[in-house]
Amino acid sequence: MSHESASEAHHAHSHGHDAGHGSFRSYMIGFVLSIILTAIPFWLVMGDVLDSKLFTAVLVMGIGVVQIVVHMVYFLHMNPRSEGGWTLMALIFTLIIVGIAIAGSLWVMHHLNTNMMPMTHEMMKTMP
Amino acid sequence: MSATQVHDTDGKPVFYLKDEHHPENSTMLGFWLYLMSDCLIFAVLFATHGVLGRNYAAGPSPADLFDLSLVAINTAMLLLSSITYGFAMLQMERNARMETLVWLGITGVFGAAFLALELYEFYHLIHEGAGPTRSAFLSSFFTLVGTHGLHVTFGIIWLITLMVQVKKHGLNPENRRRLMCLSMFWHFLDVIWIGVFSFVYLLGVLG
Repeated sequence: MSHESASEAHHAHSHGHDAGHGSFRSYMIGFVLSIILTAIPFWLVMGDVLDSKLFTAVLVMGIGVVQIVVHMVYFLHMNPRSEGGWTLMALIFTLIIVGIAIAGSLWVMHHLNTNMMPMTHEMMKTMP
Repeated sequence: MSATQVHDTDGKPVFYLKDEHHPENSTMLGFWLYLMSDCLIFAVLFATHGVLGRNYAAGPSPADLFDLSLVAINTAMLLLSSITYGFAMLQMERNARMETLVWLGITGVFGAAFLALELYEFYHLIHEGAGPTRSAFLSSFFTLVGTHGLHVTFGIIWLITLMVQVKKHGLNPENRRRLMCLSMFWHFLDVIWIGVFSFVYLLGVLG
């Protein structure tokens, strides 16, 4: 027990200014926003609201990105100042890698797919 | 932080630690980096699904398989669990142990409901003959959504472990730090789920 209280004393001095706490208000704002931002894309797709499929798809993905930002700000308490800006740096780096991985894969595989020799039914049968 | 390990039996520090200068909350940055690396796992799985998601092998398509109202309920469960975890954190800041535990418990129930619905969906799909071996689309679907479900499963195990810890040891600095980490993990899973329901379910059904 003795060393536990000692460690508590050790921690005590630096506790209390932990960055990144939310308030009830900010959690509720985030919650209401995310309900709205979830309901709209489901309504768009389930209700078949728009004629253009492409436009619906773009809207769904766009609203998804907005909702991710809402979650980051109101639930994960992201801000440019937390940890001296390092969380934001790590996030930006990750987003770049994620962008390269997803966009690059889709791009490369799409071209492979379109440039592939057409395969006949007979070729399919003799495939290993 | 392993500061406790360098104290001898009298409670005196073996090494003089008072001038330890690294910031107290560097755990949060480290955990954030872990989450970012986890994000890369999901990025690869999303990319795989993006490439394979239209290869039905003459099998069922998302529009045939997915029940969007079930997905909507599932999303609501995860969203509700996110806000209840937020309430648990607010209670933790007020130093209210019992209230924290109650909100953590509610979060766990919502998480479990999410998992149950997802398992029901998986069972239903496999029962219909649309298992992961049916087509490339279904393989990538089960891998992506299954990986997310696995994360939620471990999140719930972690949550239960922390509830026991808080019950036994109270809201001491160690448990607060752990609860903060789980909070980030839990909200992060919610962020990933936004990608899943938008990209996999809604765009899938849209065709």
